[in-house]
Amino acid sequence: MKFTSLLATAAMALGLATGAMAEDKTKVGFVYVGPVGDGGWTYEHNQGRLAVEEHFGDKVETVFVESVPEGPDAERVMTQMALEGADLIFTTSFGYMDPTINVAKKFPKVKFEHATGYKQAENVSVYSARFYEGRAVQGTIAGRMTKSNIVGYIGSYPIPEVIRGINSAFIHARKVNPDVQFKIVWAYTWFDPAKEADAAKVLIEQGADVILQHTDSTAPQAAAQAAGNVITFGQASDMAEYAPLPRVSSIIDNWAPYYIARTQAVMDGTWTSTSTWDGIGPGMVGIGEISDAVPAEVKAEALALKDAIASGAYHPFTGPLKKQDGSDWLAEGETADDGTLAGMNFYVEGIEGDIPN
Amino acid sequence: MDLSAINPVLLVASLMVAATPLLLAAIGELVVERAGVLNLGVEGMMIVGAISGFAIAVETGSPWLGFIGAAVGGAILSLLFVVLTQVALANQVASGLALTLFGLGLSALMGQSYVGIKPPAMGKLDIPVLSDLPVVGPILFSHDLILYLGIALTAAVWWMLKYSRMGLILRAVGENHDAAHALGYKVIRIRILAILFGGACAGLGGAYISLIRVPQWTEGMTAGVGWIALALVVFASWKPWRALLGAYLFGGVTVIQLNLQAAGVAIPVEYLAMSPYVITILVLVILSADKSRAPASLGRIFHASH
Amino acid sequence: MIVLEKRPQPSRAWSMATPLVAVLATMFFGGLLFAALGKNPVEAIGTIFWEPLFGEYAFYYRPQLLVKGAPLVLIAIGLSLGFRAGIWNIGAEGQYIMGAIVGAGVGLAFYPMEAFYIFPLMVVAGALGGWAWAMIPAFLKVRFGTNEILVSLMLVYVAEQLLASMSLGLLKNPEGFGFPGSRNLQSYGSAHNAELIEGSGMHWGVVAALIAVIFAYVLLNRHMTGFHIRLTGEAPRAARFAGVRPARLILFCLGVSGALAGLAGLFEVSGPSGQVSIDFNVGYGFTAIIVAFLGRLHPVGILLAGGLMALTYIGGEIAQGSLGLPAAAIQVFQGMLLFFLLALDLLTNYRIRAARKEVA
Repeated sequence: MKFTSLLATAAMALGLATGAMAEDKTKVGFVYVGPVGDGGWTYEHNQGRLAVEEHFGDKVETVFVESVPEGPDAERVMTQMALEGADLIFTTSFGYMDPTINVAKKFPKVKFEHATGYKQAENVSVYSARFYEGRAVQGTIAGRMTKSNIVGYIGSYPIPEVIRGINSAFIHARKVNPDVQFKIVWAYTWFDPAKEADAAKVLIEQGADVILQHTDSTAPQAAAQAAGNVITFGQASDMAEYAPLPRVSSIIDNWAPYYIARTQAVMDGTWTSTSTWDGIGPGMVGIGEISDAVPAEVKAEALALKDAIASGAYHPFTGPLKKQDGSDWLAEGETADDGTLAGMNFYVEGIEGDIPN
Repeated sequence: MDLSAINPVLLVASLMVAATPLLLAAIGELVVERAGVLNLGVEGMMIVGAISGFAIAVETGSPWLGFIGAAVGGAILSLLFVVLTQVALANQVASGLALTLFGLGLSALMGQSYVGIKPPAMGKLDIPVLSDLPVVGPILFSHDLILYLGIALTAAVWWMLKYSRMGLILRAVGENHDAAHALGYKVIRIRILAILFGGACAGLGGAYISLIRVPQWTEGMTAGVGWIALALVVFASWKPWRALLGAYLFGGVTVIQLNLQAAGVAIPVEYLAMSPYVITILVLVILSADKSRAPASLGRIFHASH
Repeated sequence: MIVLEKRPQPSRAWSMATPLVAVLATMFFGGLLFAALGKNPVEAIGTIFWEPLFGEYAFYYRPQLLVKGAPLVLIAIGLSLGFRAGIWNIGAEGQYIMGAIVGAGVGLAFYPMEAFYIFPLMVVAGALGGWAWAMIPAFLKVRFGTNEILVSLMLVYVAEQLLASMSLGLLKNPEGFGFPGSRNLQSYGSAHNAELIEGSGMHWGVVAALIAVIFAYVLLNRHMTGFHIRLTGEAPRAARFAGVRPARLILFCLGVSGALAGLAGLFEVSGPSGQVSIDFNVGYGFTAIIVAFLGRLHPVGILLAGGLMALTYIGGEIAQGSLGLPAAAIQVFQGMLLFFLLALDLLTNYRIRAARKEVA
């Protein structure tokens, strides 16, 4: 007997054995790349899980495994969840993409949801958030608020997700302030709070009075507070403990509505494989309270932009836009297609410096 | 590219801050190794110190009590190492690594309810006139007090090792524990004290990260500093002032590479990112002409047999 | 007053019994920990130790033990040779990464050609990659007397940056829509280190680990180099009189451990993991140091220690998933297990006696 069919049989046998119990409880698994105590990416996914528990009460059972390395360990954890009767499994890191596809092949009855990837299958959906929409709002505030006209940006690794955020913030900062410059520092790590603190300090020392971060710790917030006269934005979570200054607003990952909707779909038997890329409108990207440190007219402008994006009236990547090398990208009124955005590997015109590699 | 954006005064001031956790942990480990014990659990003791200090500072509202708590926390964890290596005579390399594994887990358990909290702030030195001096002011007179403690500790350890009787005994124990034992010194007791001191220093270093440098608690936040501190002790050839130099060098290269990035220097970022490590290796090669050796009994198990 | 008395010969009985006693002690104290966290201790301990081996899904977990344990054993065997001779390579993680990068690089250079010789070439390249990375500290030590602990450790961080750079640049999958990470070697037949028998967990890395165990055993017990290694570790001065050339020994020990770590990286990247990505390395190089010491630097001991570590990893994951234990609790539990194993080893080499007068 082939191994795959062995697994499937085992899963089926389990389904029969515990069928009575499985009838009333939907089991949802979550695979996390970091610890739930990271205060950022994984923390927010776990908030989503808790929201699912809260919403459905006794009707669901959730399980999670944290700090799962990408690769064979992830594959094993997913298999384990599937074997133990999970109906729906959320795999919350880009590096889980191939493992998710592999495991999904072995368990055709189990539904999988992979975050931030691009490989779909019959029983694998993909989902991600349009954080760049939030970046547009940030860029607007940053462009209006900066006095030195230097905005510092801390990136983790030069991947499309981060580059998209930089471009979106830059476009909107320039729109309201033609003199604004971006200084970009790559930390080359996902997680090292001390290095983030150093990066923020360096940017401030070099004249930045606005710090945007694509890393999850509050280290840059504290550095900005110590320096004074520097504003920041919360990332992943609200970081309200640093409001009203330096934190003037934030981008919040809000996975709860999506997780609840997908769990509901499994319960109703209406789950199908989908590709979701939601932004401010459906609430996957939250904009944290804009604090009073921001002048009323700037706040109004930022909120108007937010509403325009939410309603779909405005797309943050609307032409005319050129690439950094001066070549045309989007014509007047044209908006970027999702494919280009997903794999974005170029800066727009006006940003200085090169993307590493 | 705009190198003029880099302010050398601020750069030096920042690198001193970046180097402090490294320095604190390295000075502690230096004493431990001088006593002939190799404790590879620095990272574990640092992270336990980071959460102990953070928790106590948050609960009491006093960063000072936090730092004391961190030192105690680090020392308590190092007690485990004491039991293993001094009482049960276990292998020091493996015990140290196990200590790190244990410390990382323990700190995460301890810190579960401290995620997303802002700790009380630590004051900075602010001497009228002196702190406002150009150049000297930002570099010498406007840091937090723990940074000065790190330097003071370096001086104290240097003096202790070189001029005090205690230092002489410590070195004797580290060089040849059998001879020291024959002379009537309590080898085990001295080593235990050294290990506890090392634990306390590592704890302070960890708390410096969680209370001053970042300040925040997140799991695994020391992110490898303890390993660099270990390397630093070797780099320093077991000499306190060289440990200070090494910490500043390492912190300095890190801060400079970020500065160069921000200034838009056209060196590929990944090479800049690896530069602190490569430069440390290069300096080490240059320094290895210096033949000062490791303490001769380093890592060896002592058992007083008759 | 209790004193320790060194045994003339290590006790065989205790060396067999201590691991068992240690596991039992860990179960007890770990149980207390789990109880303190509000979990049923018996269930938790049972899940960690029993489920992977004999539980309902053991048919899946048992092969996984091989997958998880093989790289640990392979690396630890290499490290143990140097450790015995007092040569401290603690940078196996970096050599593991370099083996994976170089090996996968060779494989991807042939893409999409299919040929029987591609995989063997990758194996050679992987070993060379790890070997070359280990030769840096070896050469610096031999030529300049530079401390190998520091250099090998620093090179881990350099290798990690190179890995990130490769995943984002040179080796990035051209059909990956700009996302980081290489092509998946699992879907490239000639470069895939597939399971030799489907569902068995046996891949070439497992085979290599077993061969390495036998190789190390023979080397240490039957071969002159092995004798030199042991002699250098136990009596450095005697070793010099016996004609041991320290430089050659350093090059040999670091070279072998680097090559084995490189092989482990290659087998992992071409098999279970499949691709070069920013987070490809998961700490096998560091865990292997623990495994080496846990196995008392003895080849057979390392084999068993690797299996035990793999068991606690897999059992720990199961306990997280099914009982909701935090990952940190599992780490603490693993730490305890190591503590007890190390501490109780005392009984193998020493006798505990009650003495009348103080002797210490």
